[in-house]
Amino acid sequence: MTQQPRTLSQKVWDNHVVPTSNESASSNDAADNGAALLYIDLHLVHEVTSPQAFEGLRISGRTVRRPDLTVATEDHNVPTENQHLPIPDEIGRKQVDTLRANTKEFGITNYPMGHESQGIVHVIGPELGLTLPGMTVVCGDSHTSTHGAFGAIAFGIGTSEVEHVLATQTLPQLAQETMAITINGELPEGSTAKDVVLAVLARTGTSGGIGAIAEYRGSVIENLSMEGRMTVCNMSIEWGAKAGLIAPDEITFDYLKGRPHAPQGEAWDEAVTAWRELKTDEGVIFDREIIMDGSECVPHITWGTNPGQVAPIDSTIPYPADYDDTGEADACSRALEYMDLTPGMAMRDINIDTVFIGSCTNSRIEDLRAAAAVAKGHKVKDGIRTLVVPGSGMVQKQAIAEGLDKIFIEAGFDWREPGCSMCLAMNPDKLAPGERSASTSNRNFEGRQGRGGRTHLVSPQVAAATAILGHVATPEDLS
Amino acid sequence: MEAVRIVQGRVVPLERNDVDTDQIIPSDWLKQVERTGFEKGLFSEWRDDPDFVMNKEEHAGAKILLAGPNFGTGSSREHAVWAIMQYGFEAVISPRFGPIFANNSTKNGLVCVQVDQELGDQLMAAVQADPQLEFVVDVEKLRLEVPALAVDVAFAMDAQVQHRFLEGLDDIGLTMQQGDDISAFEATRPGYMPASN
Ligand code: SF4
Repeated sequence: MTQQPRTLSQKVWDNHVVPTSNESASSNDAADNGAALLYIDLHLVHEVTSPQAFEGLRISGRTVRRPDLTVATEDHNVPTENQHLPIPDEIGRKQVDTLRANTKEFGITNYPMGHESQGIVHVIGPELGLTLPGMTVVCGDSHTSTHGAFGAIAFGIGTSEVEHVLATQTLPQLAQETMAITINGELPEGSTAKDVVLAVLARTGTSGGIGAIAEYRGSVIENLSMEGRMTVCNMSIEWGAKAGLIAPDEITFDYLKGRPHAPQGEAWDEAVTAWRELKTDEGVIFDREIIMDGSECVPHITWGTNPGQVAPIDSTIPYPADYDDTGEADACSRALEYMDLTPGMAMRDINIDTVFIGSCTNSRIEDLRAAAAVAKGHKVKDGIRTLVVPGSGMVQKQAIAEGLDKIFIEAGFDWREPGCSMCLAMNPDKLAPGERSASTSNRNFEGRQGRGGRTHLVSPQVAAATAILGHVATPEDLS
Repeated sequence: MEAVRIVQGRVVPLERNDVDTDQIIPSDWLKQVERTGFEKGLFSEWRDDPDFVMNKEEHAGAKILLAGPNFGTGSSREHAVWAIMQYGFEAVISPRFGPIFANNSTKNGLVCVQVDQELGDQLMAAVQADPQLEFVVDVEKLRLEVPALAVDVAFAMDAQVQHRFLEGLDDIGLTMQQGDDISAFEATRPGYMPASN
C-alpha cells in the first residue's frame, strides 16, 4: 500500500492524533466534526496567562494530567533589574507568587527569577532540550510558533486551552491548510533572519497565513542557524499562520545534542533516526505556496502599527494613496498619524529615543553577539536610552563568559537581567507617550511598548547601529 | 459556559481595520489573577477620548460589536474575550478575525460572525446612519439577520462549537470522557520523548 505523500506538518500532526474508540465517539454526538484530538508533548506555562486556568482546575476539582510534560517560568512581567529583590510592583508580584503557588500545588517544575534556567518561555524550551523535532508544543503566548524551528508543531493558546491541556494533555484542533514559504537563493550581505521574516510580512501582510500551518523551506532557510530559524518561526503568527515550522537537519541535531533534557546515548540515536523522516515528501502539493528570492530579504523596518506595515530600510515612508484598498489606505493614514511620520520621508531620517535589544524574537546568544559586534568600539549617542535584555539566565551567563556584557557597557548600553521586558511593557521597561523605539521584538502595535509609544521593528544589528547614530541606521552607516 | 442561542440587539460600529488584542485590552490590565473585572480595560486607551464610538450615548447597552477586518489579531490573551464579554457584548462581527481570538471566543460563548467585506462595509454604514438598528445573530440557524435592511445571511461555525454554544458545554469535560483513549495513546509515545522534571 503506498501512502499519499505528506508534508512535514501533516506527518507531525498525524503522529499526535489520539484515536477515538467507538464507544466514546458515540457518547459525543458532535464527534463527526472536523476537529482532531491532538496530544501535546510539551506545555510551557508563565505567570500572565495561567492563573485563571489553575483557578479553573481547582473550581472543577481537576488535576494536572502530566506535570512532567509541563514546565513553567517567570518572564512576562518580571523586572530586568534587581531580580534578587522582591518585585516592587504589587500586582506583578502577586502574579509571580500565584505562579509559584500553583506550580507547587500541582507538581510542575518552575524556573523562578534568578535561576540559571529562567528566561523567556520560548528561549528556555529549546535551550533546555525540551523542544525537540516532531513534537507538539503549546503555551499561552502567541509566539509559541518559535519552537517550530525544530520541526515541531507549536502554537499559542488562550487561557481556556491552557486549562484544557493542563487537565487532559490534549487539545481538540481543526485541521489547517498546508502552506509553503520557499525562499531560494542567498541572503544579501548584512541581512539577518529578522529581515527574512520581515520580508515575508511585506509580502503577506498580517493575514496571509490565516488558516494554515506554514513550512519555511529553500536554501535561505536551510542556511540559517537554529537561532535564525527560531527568529523566523517566531513571527509566523504576525502574518497570521497558525504555526510555522522548518524541517530538522544536521544543524538542528547539532544544536540539540547534549542539551539537558535531550535524549542521550542509544535514545539519541533512535531519536535522530526518527527525526530524519520528518520532512515533506517528494511530490507534495501545498494548499498554498509563496516563492521568494533571498534578494528580497534586504534589511527591513516597520513604519506603522502592525508588523505588516514594513519596508526596506533603504526605502521611504509610503503614501496612503499607494494603497488600492480604502481600508488599507485608512489604516496607513491612521498609522502615520499615530507614528508621527510623513509620507516620502527616508527611513534613515527617523530619529529614535530608545533602543531595545531583546524578546523571544532576538535575545538569543547569536543575536547578542551580532549586536555586540556592531557596538564594539562605538558609543551610544547621547540621550538615547538603551536596553539589552538577554532571553534567559543561560544566555546571560554565556554572554558574560564571552565578554559581550563588557562590550555593551563600554559602548554605553544598559545591560539587564532576563525577561520579556519592553517587548510588551508589563514591567517598568516602557516607552513614555510619544517616545520612539527601534526594537528587536515582534509587535509594533499602538501602545505595545507603553502607552502612546511608537515602535519600529528591526534586527539586532540595525538596532545597535541605530543606538549609535540616534537615527535609523544599518551597520554600514557606521564606517 | 452558558448556552447561547440568539443574540439580538443594537450594534457599536467600530470602523477600524486591524484591531489587535493589545488595543482590546492593553497589557497593564493583564496583571490580575482573577477572571473578572476586565470590562474596565476594554479599549481603555481609546475610551479616554470622549468622541470614541463606544462612549456615545446612543450606543449604550449595545450587545454586538461590528469592526473592520482583522479584528483580534496579535496576542493570545484571552483577557481580550473576557473584556468584550464582561463589558456586555455577546457577538462580534468582522470580515476577518485573528485566529487565536476567534478560537478563544469559542471557549467563552462569544459569537464571532465573519461576513464578506462588502456586507461588512454595508452594515457599518447602516449602523453609523441609524444607531438604533437591531441585528439578530442566530446560533441555531447560523444566520445573521438585519430585518430593517432585508439582510439575512448565513455565517460559519464549526459543528462541535455550535453544539457546545447551544448546550452551554465545557469542552474539557467532553475531552475527559476520552481519558482511556488518551491513556492508550500515551502508551505508544516514543521512549526518547523528554520529561520536564
Ligand atoms: S518576549 Fe514578548 S512575544 Fe516573546 S514571550 Fe515575551 S511577551 Fe511574548
